[in-house]
Amino acid sequence: MTFSSYIKSWGVGIKSLATGMSISMMNFWRKPVTECYPENRHTLQMSDRFRAVLTMPHNANNEHKCTACGICQLSCPNDTIQVISKTEAAEDGKTKKVLDRHVYKLGQCTFCNLCVMTCPSGAIVFSQDFEQSVYTRSKLTLQLNQPGSVLEKKQA
Amino acid sequence: MNLELRTLMQLIDEGLRANLPKFWAVAIECLSVGLALLAGYAVLAMLLIYVERKVCAWFQVRIGPNRVGPFGIFQTVADTLKMLLKEVIPINHVDRFLFYTAPFVVIAASMLTFAALPFAKGIQAIDFNIGVFYIMAISSISILGILLAGWSSNNKFSMIGAMRSGAQMISYELSVGLSLLAIVMLSGTMQLSTLVEQQADLWFIFQGHVPAFIAFVIYLIAGHAETNRGPFDLPEAESELTAGFHTEYSGIHFGFFYLAEYLNMFIIAGIAATVFLGGWQPLHIPGLDGFNYVMDFIPSFIWFLAKVFFLIFLSLWVRWTFPRLRIDQLLHLEWKYLMPLSLLNILIMAVLVVMGWHF
Ligand code: SF4
Ligand code: SF4
Repeated sequence: MTFSSYIKSWGVGIKSLATGMSISMMNFWRKPVTECYPENRHTLQMSDRFRAVLTMPHNANNEHKCTACGICQLSCPNDTIQVISKTEAAEDGKTKKVLDRHVYKLGQCTFCNLCVMTCPSGAIVFSQDFEQSVYTRSKLTLQLNQPGSVLEKKQA
Repeated sequence: MNLELRTLMQLIDEGLRANLPKFWAVAIECLSVGLALLAGYAVLAMLLIYVERKVCAWFQVRIGPNRVGPFGIFQTVADTLKMLLKEVIPINHVDRFLFYTAPFVVIAASMLTFAALPFAKGIQAIDFNIGVFYIMAISSISILGILLAGWSSNNKFSMIGAMRSGAQMISYELSVGLSLLAIVMLSGTMQLSTLVEQQADLWFIFQGHVPAFIAFVIYLIAGHAETNRGPFDLPEAESELTAGFHTEYSGIHFGFFYLAEYLNMFIIAGIAATVFLGGWQPLHIPGLDGFNYVMDFIPSFIWFLAKVFFLIFLSLWVRWTFPRLRIDQLLHLEWKYLMPLSLLNILIMAVLVVMGWHF
């Protein structure tokens, strides 16, 4: 180390220390980003991409969009979804496959969103309702279609 | 209007002397001074832990403790109670005597240094004519405690932590001593009370301008390293050594190390305030008599605490800004940068004093 580079290292050192200190001082005056969760649960805003639990939206007539095609079950990497279908007589006399139960195991889901992306009918979405703790594991197995719900009629 | 604590102390002193024989009056006074110091030590430690957690949170854009009491002010009280109730876990194959002595060595050393600080006008428990030497000598005893803790724990992490601590403290002690020496040269005394009195008109950092300021900055850096706090926290280094020298300690013994760490921060800031920033003396600017007169109305212990907490804030700012140094970088900083600069600074200060260029 030559003498001039030693002197220079003083300058470099002091400058970098000052930069660091000024950055942390800037942060010191910023507003805290902490969410005070139980107090603000009614105003809490989750980020758009946050996924908490898979849901199947139903309209006012208790109708969903799931055609029981089973694609979501196939695309799920860890067997979280089970689509159970049944056959029913349609109005024109033919038999038709309809959804009986759409079973979703919350405890097994990795929230990868593959099921939502591959569903051809857009029948399932992720909700942001994260308060999902329960006392027994069996309660994590959910049925997504509501009892008595039917497939939504195609708009003509 | 007199808000000074000294008035209260004089009242107590006169009351005791009037009603009791001399021996008992002195005995009771000694006891109550000791108790007051212990209580002050504990309360300050709790306050400092709270301040540290809050300031750290603000630097990290968080809120910090906010559940126990308004703004979380009782958080450290709750933590202290928890610490006192915790079990002291016996460790197999430790050197029992040294293991259980080490925390007391550390806390006794910091307690003795704490007692030498001039807190306010006329309030100082220990005042030697070699006060600066006393403070440096006593505060280095805590290294012994840390080394003993690391050695007796029968644990490699503790041992490495203690060895690092030894290397660090012995190195930085030099810069601490040399920077204090610069001010001792300027003032010509080592007695802390005299040092403070000499700063009545102008603080030493202004009296000795350039070299005093350099000494002040060196003292802050080296003192910060002496307290074993980040970025100089190699002896503890959570991410490498679990907790370094106090890995094996639990319950109240861990509490002692924890307390001493925070109080050492206060002590370093207290010495810096006393030696460089005028101790309990109010801010006086020669010539501005009206301003000086107004400043005199603020009680001296408030001046002292305000300066100390300002310096503590600086140390927290540094702590939460920089990452931990490596051991070679640590020694590099001391031996290649701070030490030569302090020696040069002493030379400048000597010239300044001889030529009378100071204020
Ligand atoms: S998010 Fe992924 S893991 Fe969860 S159900 Fe859908 S496909 Fe399966
Ligand atoms: S949710 Fe979508 S992908 Fe899954 S069975 Fe129903 S329609 Fe098919």
